[in-house]
Amino acid sequence: MSKPTSYEQMKKSETNRKKCVHILVYALLIIWAVIVLFPFYWMLLTSVKSYSAYNAERIPQFFVLSPTLGNYVDAFTAVPLGRYLLNTLIFTMATTAVMMVVSTLAAFAFARLRFRGKNLVFTLILALMMIPNELVVITNFATITNLNLRNTFGGLILPSVSSVFYIYLLKENFQQVPDSLYYAAKVDGTSDLRYLLRVLVPICKPTLITIGILKIIECWNAYVWPRLITDDERYFLVSNGIQEIRENGFGRENIPAMMAAVVVISVPLILLFLLFRDKIMTGVSKGGIKG
Amino acid sequence: MEKNNRKGWLYLLPAVLFLVFFMVYPLIDVFVYSFEEGYNFASQTYYDIGLYNFSYVLHDAYFLQALKNTFLLVVITVPLSTAIALLISVGLSSIRPLRKLFQTIYFLPYVTNTLAVGLVFMILFQKTAYTDGLVNLLICWFGGDSIDFIDGPYWGRMFVLCFYIIWVVMPFKILLLTGALSGVDQNYYHAARVDGTSAFRIFRKITLPMISPTIFYLIITGFIGAFKEYSDAVALFGTDLNAAGMNTLVGYVYDMLYGDSGGYPSYASAAAIILFVIVLTITCINLLISKRHVYY
Repeated sequence: MSKPTSYEQMKKSETNRKKCVHILVYALLIIWAVIVLFPFYWMLLTSVKSYSAYNAERIPQFFVLSPTLGNYVDAFTAVPLGRYLLNTLIFTMATTAVMMVVSTLAAFAFARLRFRGKNLVFTLILALMMIPNELVVITNFATITNLNLRNTFGGLILPSVSSVFYIYLLKENFQQVPDSLYYAAKVDGTSDLRYLLRVLVPICKPTLITIGILKIIECWNAYVWPRLITDDERYFLVSNGIQEIRENGFGRENIPAMMAAVVVISVPLILLFLLFRDKIMTGVSKGGIKG
Repeated sequence: MEKNNRKGWLYLLPAVLFLVFFMVYPLIDVFVYSFEEGYNFASQTYYDIGLYNFSYVLHDAYFLQALKNTFLLVVITVPLSTAIALLISVGLSSIRPLRKLFQTIYFLPYVTNTLAVGLVFMILFQKTAYTDGLVNLLICWFGGDSIDFIDGPYWGRMFVLCFYIIWVVMPFKILLLTGALSGVDQNYYHAARVDGTSAFRIFRKITLPMISPTIFYLIITGFIGAFKEYSDAVALFGTDLNAAGMNTLVGYVYDMLYGDSGGYPSYASAAAIILFVIVLTITCINLLISKRHVYY
């Protein structure tokens, strides 16, 4: 390329360069988008292939001419996928609900009430954030086993409730509510609990919803604890359920049916994400720890 | 305001109960377990106190295999995922149309069940009697030889696992990095452009220092996360990770505790404490390095 001589030429070469960079950037972004989306496409695709068609193709086909929903029927009839889903739903809802109540009460105490030892307890609780789950799981396993709570919802839920980080997040949020509201409520003779439920909770609803959704995601994907604490298939959650399906589910590697189960397990969370996209993303960037 | 001691504690009680019972007590107990030699889970008896559990774990071939696997995973996935995430985030913040769509797509792996989607990766990479699988098809198109990534050579298994881990951890990194990039004051860029600074120099001298706290946060959480790698390996290779030769440190702890090879909470505790010490050491080193390179 010859050296640009006039302003027009310089400007032209500059816009050309910019265009090239833009094309490169879009290419990169599209490649990664394909890598992310492809497994989802593949599981949807495989789940509508019939068993015989899937096993007949030595070279995988990228499309399917005669889609079938038979695999979804298999997924719900041949293995107890419906039960896994119901269990997960119960586990997720109960854990999240108890966690919300416990954390809200604790955060309110830290943010608003005054009592002896508050700062000490708060510091200790913050220190607990650094403790990895792997260290406490061993004793929790022993505790739950000794309490005869294996293969019960109690055993699944109780140790999953405590979330130090959410207490911290809520406390920060509660503290942002102006003191004057509290004093006004006090003058009117409102009790602390009433103030919490009628004033603080409605004001801090966005944070509460975010925390709830993050906990739901965490519970829905929980694997380690459910696996340790349940060996009775009637109490499996989706994570160890799908492992069970993989290892001795449909017999003779029925991969299309397995993929149908995978789709069924994945859809609820993806829907939740698409509904609450912004809430989830802000929440995760504030306090999600994964990766 | 009057002090109402009892009321404060009453509100705190449920949380404190849960934490004491399921976090503080187990934390103490895990150290007790780790020193009890020959602990029997059924009769809850042990015959001596000492360091035997640690020495057993450190000499166990499965543990050493898990240690090697975990170190490889950490060394490969943390730098790679951070670098790719940085590249994608910079690309993402330089465009306007379609940015939201891309962001939504990139975040999807975060909300998927790793155990379930891992199966998709398994069938993509696996080579069975019926089919070579899609990835091998691509390799053959480009003139390579097909490999069984799931039951084949060690490097093949390592590759799939690393690939899957990067796929899983990317959403979090991209989210945080795009957030950090959009937080950089635009005036710096304007000033640099007035001075005729090249794009690469702008990136190195303005962007990187400005987002360095986020990068180091990601590296530290990345190290911690990679050391605790477990579910993704199970998703790809099944629950018997020792047989597949792909066990991780956390997997070793759980296998010692439960399952066919389980029933040894003392060994599990010792291994968990070793893991914790490794993670703590590396995090401290990271923090020391970051003090020198991070601009707040």
